[in-house]
Amino acid sequence: MALDAAQGSRLAGLLGDHAEQIVKRWADSVAVSLRGRLSQAELQSQVRELHRALLVALEGDGRELHAESAGELRAVLSELSRSRARRGFTATETAVSVFALKDIVLETMSAGGGAEQNLRDFVAYSALIDQLGLFTFESYAKAREELIADQAEQLLELSTPVVKLWEGVVAVPLVGTLDSARAQVVMERLLQTLVDTGSPYAIIDITGVPAVDTQVAQHILKTVVAARLMGADCIISGIRPQIAQTIVALGIEFGDIATKASLADALRHVLKLTGVDAARRNARRES
Amino acid sequence: MERVPVLKIGDILLVSIQLDMEDQTALQLQEDLADRIVATGCHGVIIDITALDIVDSFVGRMLSTIAAISKVLDAETVVVGMRPAVAITLVELGLSLNGIRTALNVERGMELIAASREETDDWAVDLDEADPGQAATST
Repeated sequence: MALDAAQGSRLAGLLGDHAEQIVKRWADSVAVSLRGRLSQAELQSQVRELHRALLVALEGDGRELHAESAGELRAVLSELSRSRARRGFTATETAVSVFALKDIVLETMSAGGGAEQNLRDFVAYSALIDQLGLFTFESYAKAREELIADQAEQLLELSTPVVKLWEGVVAVPLVGTLDSARAQVVMERLLQTLVDTGSPYAIIDITGVPAVDTQVAQHILKTVVAARLMGADCIISGIRPQIAQTIVALGIEFGDIATKASLADALRHVLKLTGVDAARRNARRES
Repeated sequence: MERVPVLKIGDILLVSIQLDMEDQTALQLQEDLADRIVATGCHGVIIDITALDIVDSFVGRMLSTIAAISKVLDAETVVVGMRPAVAITLVELGLSLNGIRTALNVERGMELIAASREETDDWAVDLDEADPGQAATST
């Protein structure tokens, strides 16, 4: 599929001789497909850079996209896809920027008079451009995946706050699905907060957890047991009616862990425990 | 061989483990602690493991044994200062340190022992009040 040396230099000649014209036509045809979401000047400079990198690659030994001298071309392509991916363009809109070159090459070639050799050349050129296009697809997908991974991480950071409710009482309002990774983050945060604040009580509120299966229950139980090992007591609150039914249907046992229907109930429970302790101690001291 | 110091604070013996426990050190600690409980007549033992990075099944069993020995000698054992990472590891290993009471720090541990001593003292007083005759005969 690669171009042979003669074809490579002919394409380089073609691109170099009509440089201005090609860049202009290229930018125009890309602009149509993007429907004005990118400024003309920006497009022009992107296309010009691509054109230059392609020329550099062709003049070197870079008739294959994976060749060493095509390094700059690859960098320009992946930078282009990356910026498009981050700005929310579709994969098609990104790849079209490269494929548009095909039409322009064909136009330029036919303007120079057609021959059988031209046809063979064009097939080879178009194979090269296809390669470039596929490369943008790959870069685009990779950029998108990175974006998604970043967002997932940010979500993880955002969605697990540990709040102090009262002197000696902290709470974790869980929102969203609880998978292993999140459960781990929640557990670590909660335990660290217990140490930092010296709170002997923690409330895990699962009002925002859409479904509780055996795995989620397992994660919660582990957190509670770990907190107990450290010397803090956990109360689970915010169990909705459907979830209570699911828990019973699945046969999940919470053992002697206190469960409450609402966060308010849990807080009242904890305050009663601490309040009674304090009251009893004071009473003893007085007597 | 290194030894873990046992400190007496009021009615409580404080053991702060600052080094990695080896078999011999652990056995020595058990012995020392039993001796000190009997010698001082303390009713509470606090084991501080803040400095321990690793608690494996061996250390876990040592803690359980110490708690059991203390119980026989009428002293309450509280393990304090377990690190979050250690707690997570123990849970993942399935070791729940049954029969050991825990607290977040030494201060809370002392409160816990004080509270449980008060309860048992009250119980003793109640018993005396309920049956003064026996109390009189026993003295």
